[in-house]
Amino acid sequence: MAFTTTVKRSVVGGVALALAGLGISASLAQDEESGRTNLPSIEGEKLLTRLKSPQGHPLKWVVSGFEFRTRDTQALQLDDFSNPAFLWVERGEEAWSTAEGEAGKSCESCHGDVEDSMKGVRAKMPKWSTDKNRPMPLEDKINQCRKERMGAEPWKWESDQMLGMTALIGLQSRGMPVNVNLEAGDMMAWWERGQKLYYTRMGQLDLACANCHEDNNGKYIRADLLSQGQTNGFPTYRLKWQKLGSLHRRFKGCMDQVRAKAYKRGSDEFVALEVYTAWRGSGLSVETPAVRQ
Amino acid sequence: MWKLLRCLAPAALLALGAGAASADSSKSYEIVDGGIPASLTGKPGDPAAGEEAMLNRKLGNCLACHAVTKLKNHPFHGEIGPALDGVADRYSEAQLRLILVNAKQVFDGTMMPAFYKSEGFTRVMDSFAGKSILTAKQVEDVLSYLSTFKEH
Repeated sequence: MAFTTTVKRSVVGGVALALAGLGISASLAQDEESGRTNLPSIEGEKLLTRLKSPQGHPLKWVVSGFEFRTRDTQALQLDDFSNPAFLWVERGEEAWSTAEGEAGKSCESCHGDVEDSMKGVRAKMPKWSTDKNRPMPLEDKINQCRKERMGAEPWKWESDQMLGMTALIGLQSRGMPVNVNLEAGDMMAWWERGQKLYYTRMGQLDLACANCHEDNNGKYIRADLLSQGQTNGFPTYRLKWQKLGSLHRRFKGCMDQVRAKAYKRGSDEFVALEVYTAWRGSGLSVETPAVRQ
Repeated sequence: MWKLLRCLAPAALLALGAGAASADSSKSYEIVDGGIPASLTGKPGDPAAGEEAMLNRKLGNCLACHAVTKLKNHPFHGEIGPALDGVADRYSEAQLRLILVNAKQVFDGTMMPAFYKSEGFTRVMDSFAGKSILTAKQVEDVLSYLSTFKEH
């Protein structure tokens, strides 16, 4: 199974490369919402990296972190063969069909082909769970399956296994619009909690997310171009990390920088912030696994 | 005896910490007409040490947000705050001191951190709890360097 997915990807990639070589690429697509031609595309799938915000949104334009990065960094993401995150995707593919735990099941035993069953899943994360009475990020969903259905040990949030699986599942939504359902359960309460965190100044530097990512995106802070802090590319291969990393790792990085005591990965605070920041990026294409600086 | 020791201990720390990277807790100061007229240390600062503290990413890190033409040999100046060229023409020394100590008392809602404030923050990392970003001496050093930023 892992093998066939890889082969399939290679073939598709080959076709895209061949088309690009002939000068016939999917990049001529025009998008009505953004009014842009030359949308970036990966393997023929175009990515919406900028859209006009709906009314009531705190930003005028919703812009993916993709647009804030250099052409060299963008180029790494636009070609799956140069995107280092695919090393983790391949691990994820292997894990997908490997039986583990007391039940002797793999992901594949219940979910079949990842390309069919996981299509669109990442775009809706975090998703309300009636069972747990809380929103669940993809990492929690995966561990719920491991514990409750497979009888296997849960993975650590930032482990290579977890990153591989979130990258693999996220990839199945690539190109689809971020679309968090705030109407389910108590999602609005979590959204509000996340919003409050977003605007709360913290740490010795006394900065809120909004100071940099809402008020000053597009400006340089020393050598770094501030983005909007959109979440559509996670888990993301970050050149600074030389590694794939989770969204909650990135949240923690920002809190460290303002000299604040960071919340734990998977904590209620970070889940609430994930709900809120995912909403701020509604409509952007999922870019998992993206490449950033 | 215990009382005496308690008084002595911070003084000893101050003497040791003058050139160290981690700042002490801030002491009180008097604001007069939108400025702090008196030196926080009772002495003038050292402009060369001020330049160092401005550049140091763990201290002032001023270039993160501000451009400074005379520091052009250091690459990557930020675009968040105004350029600091001629800043000593625009503000008095007392005003600049208050802006460094706590810019929020001068510019409402500013993003600029307070460099001489050690309490009243939310969720400060343990290693910085009860400490200000700069020591009183470092504030005076930066101020004495900034005072040379004149164009007229």
